[in-house]
Amino acid sequence: MRVLSLGRWLRAGRVPPREPASRPSGHRHSGHRPQGPPQELPQGPSQVPPQQKVSVEVLEHLEHLALVDFRDSEGVERLQKAIQFADQLHEVNTDGVEPMDSVLEDRCLYLREDDVTEGNCTKELLENARETVEEYFVAPPGNIPLVKLEGQKTFLQGSK
Amino acid sequence: MAAVLAMVARGCGGVWRRLRQRCAVRPGSGPFPRGERAVACNARGGMMSAGKSGLTPWIPVVGLEIHAQISSNSKLFSGSQVQFAAPPNSLVSFFDASLPGTLPVLNRRCVEAAVMTGLALNCHINKKSLFDRKHYFYADLPAGYQITQQRVPIAVNGSLSYSLCIDNKMSQMVTKTVRIKQIQLEQDSGKSLHDDARSQTLVDLNRAGVGLMELVMEPDMCCGEEAAAAVRELQLILQTLGSSQAVMAEGQLRVDANVSVHHPGEPYGVRTEVKNINSIRFLAKAVDYEIQRQIEELGNGGTISNETRAFDSKLGFMPEPNLPPLILYDAKSLPANMNHQQVINIDWIRERLPDLPSVKREKLVEQYGILPEHSFTLLVWQQDQNCNSRHSNEDGLPEFFENVVKQTQMKPKKVIGWILNDLLSYLKQHSLTVKESPVSSFLLADLLNLLEKKEISSTAAKQVLAELWKGKGKTPLETVKEQKLELLQDQKELEQICQAVIDGQENEVMAIKAGNQKVLNKLIGLVQKKTQGRSNPVLVKQLLEKKLSE
Repeated sequence: MRVLSLGRWLRAGRVPPREPASRPSGHRHSGHRPQGPPQELPQGPSQVPPQQKVSVEVLEHLEHLALVDFRDSEGVERLQKAIQFADQLHEVNTDGVEPMDSVLEDRCLYLREDDVTEGNCTKELLENARETVEEYFVAPPGNIPLVKLEGQKTFLQGSK
Repeated sequence: MAAVLAMVARGCGGVWRRLRQRCAVRPGSGPFPRGERAVACNARGGMMSAGKSGLTPWIPVVGLEIHAQISSNSKLFSGSQVQFAAPPNSLVSFFDASLPGTLPVLNRRCVEAAVMTGLALNCHINKKSLFDRKHYFYADLPAGYQITQQRVPIAVNGSLSYSLCIDNKMSQMVTKTVRIKQIQLEQDSGKSLHDDARSQTLVDLNRAGVGLMELVMEPDMCCGEEAAAAVRELQLILQTLGSSQAVMAEGQLRVDANVSVHHPGEPYGVRTEVKNINSIRFLAKAVDYEIQRQIEELGNGGTISNETRAFDSKLGFMPEPNLPPLILYDAKSLPANMNHQQVINIDWIRERLPDLPSVKREKLVEQYGILPEHSFTLLVWQQDQNCNSRHSNEDGLPEFFENVVKQTQMKPKKVIGWILNDLLSYLKQHSLTVKESPVSSFLLADLLNLLEKKEISSTAAKQVLAELWKGKGKTPLETVKEQKLELLQDQKELEQICQAVIDGQENEVMAIKAGNQKVLNKLIGLVQKKTQGRSNPVLVKQLLEKKLSE
């Protein structure tokens, strides 16, 4: 999945803008270059959709998955700007083009023989850990959700 | 039942997966089958009634996600060893611990195992498959992601055929098929031991990075019994191929079941996941329980909620940037100039696949004229043994059977009875494997020969077998002589005894002459008593009948 999908998903169903069908299929660029610092929205024939507010459910979901806390309005705003910035990628016509994962896609994937060549370095590995118990790493129990103090909700919830 | 479920959910052999989700089989006051099987699953249609007459029937739908640990010396992307029991964190390389600067290097053997499995399950093998990262946070996943093959896995669109008894008597078997959606290579995670008392988790990374094959089955099954039968067959296949030892108790085969119910004609219902299943028997029970629970819940106007699916949203996947696509070849596309150690040839692997269980069964039926059900039991029992021990590939029951057949004149159809009824019950009683049997195939064949030559009776043979079982090193013949079990060969002596019996049982003789043939059996019994079981009942019957008609 790519950042493009994140933006698309957040807009919950709205189809990202595509070039009009009349364009020759060989062209990759819209013929328009983004101008100025990234914060500014380029206005061209293919428009990035207008600013969409990030909904509360989406925000909570993101916080839950990524264990990040979008603490205040500035954080949420920065998130929205980041999404808009990435949305510029939609200006590029990629019809019929396979997405590229890596510039190394033509390389040969090396296959290793099934021999035991590593391991047995318990002591070294445990040296990295702050806390160990009898050769086990120690971690807090389960996943700790972000602390929600009584009455405090995510910023957006609070602002509604 | 609630207590059992809760206990199993805590993981005796099971592992908490992902974000510490509750075992989706809810313990509690839910309904549970009054008998062994909750759901009367119609082997043909899969529909069952809700139990109350007049209501629309419910169709249960069961799909399985199976993780099979690949049988290999080293891990999927690193050179540390794969072994079940070892001191914690001793089989861990820097890559497995996700130390910075380490990179994955794909293990050839794991790819071959996946290709073999895909071919055995009639899959299309993707000549180009890709690796992805699936991100989530958990203490036993040091990298914060798992390398898997979500987008383009190594094998797709296969099928698995399995057999099912229609009734409990193993007298009628029906064959069903479940579609395999895909098979993908992925990493295993480490193991977490939860210490609730001290509010901490102990992490052992020995298992982190071990190669897994994830097999996704389409929801073509309708009840616990079908799910269990499918998993058994898959287990047999994996063990035959050697791609996985598939011992559930050791976590080498993990099954998650997706269960939903719906009315005929309506769309599929919300599905729930049943996890932490560590035996095939429990799989069947848990699936049936969940079906029953959902039916009751919906019948009472409730809804089925699914907490686990919300997690599997599309976020969290990205291509694995450190691994180019995995390219496989076949005879036609073999590259000319490549080092052959770097080349995996699908056709070469296909040619070397061993006989699959279904083929083995058919061969046994064809070659020896035994019934399909017997053939099934022969192979299934071997598999049960494999589950309980770590020894696979040892000569099992089918080979024992074949060896006996080779060394005896008795027909295979009769031999199979001795194997499945007598030998098997002894082995089960004493929890022995075939290799550990004190009665070798040679001894058993010897015994059956005596029986076949009518030197002893069938009852006597069972007695001798019981003696041989003690493993004192005597031959069948020696045992027969010791216990004086030989059939009386002297016809005259037998006739005399028969006559004596007839003379002594006037009432019975009159009854027989009057037409009551059943009383003859009593006379035969008396003769047997007099001869201490050493008379051939068939012969005795003939002699008596002859005398009585005189």
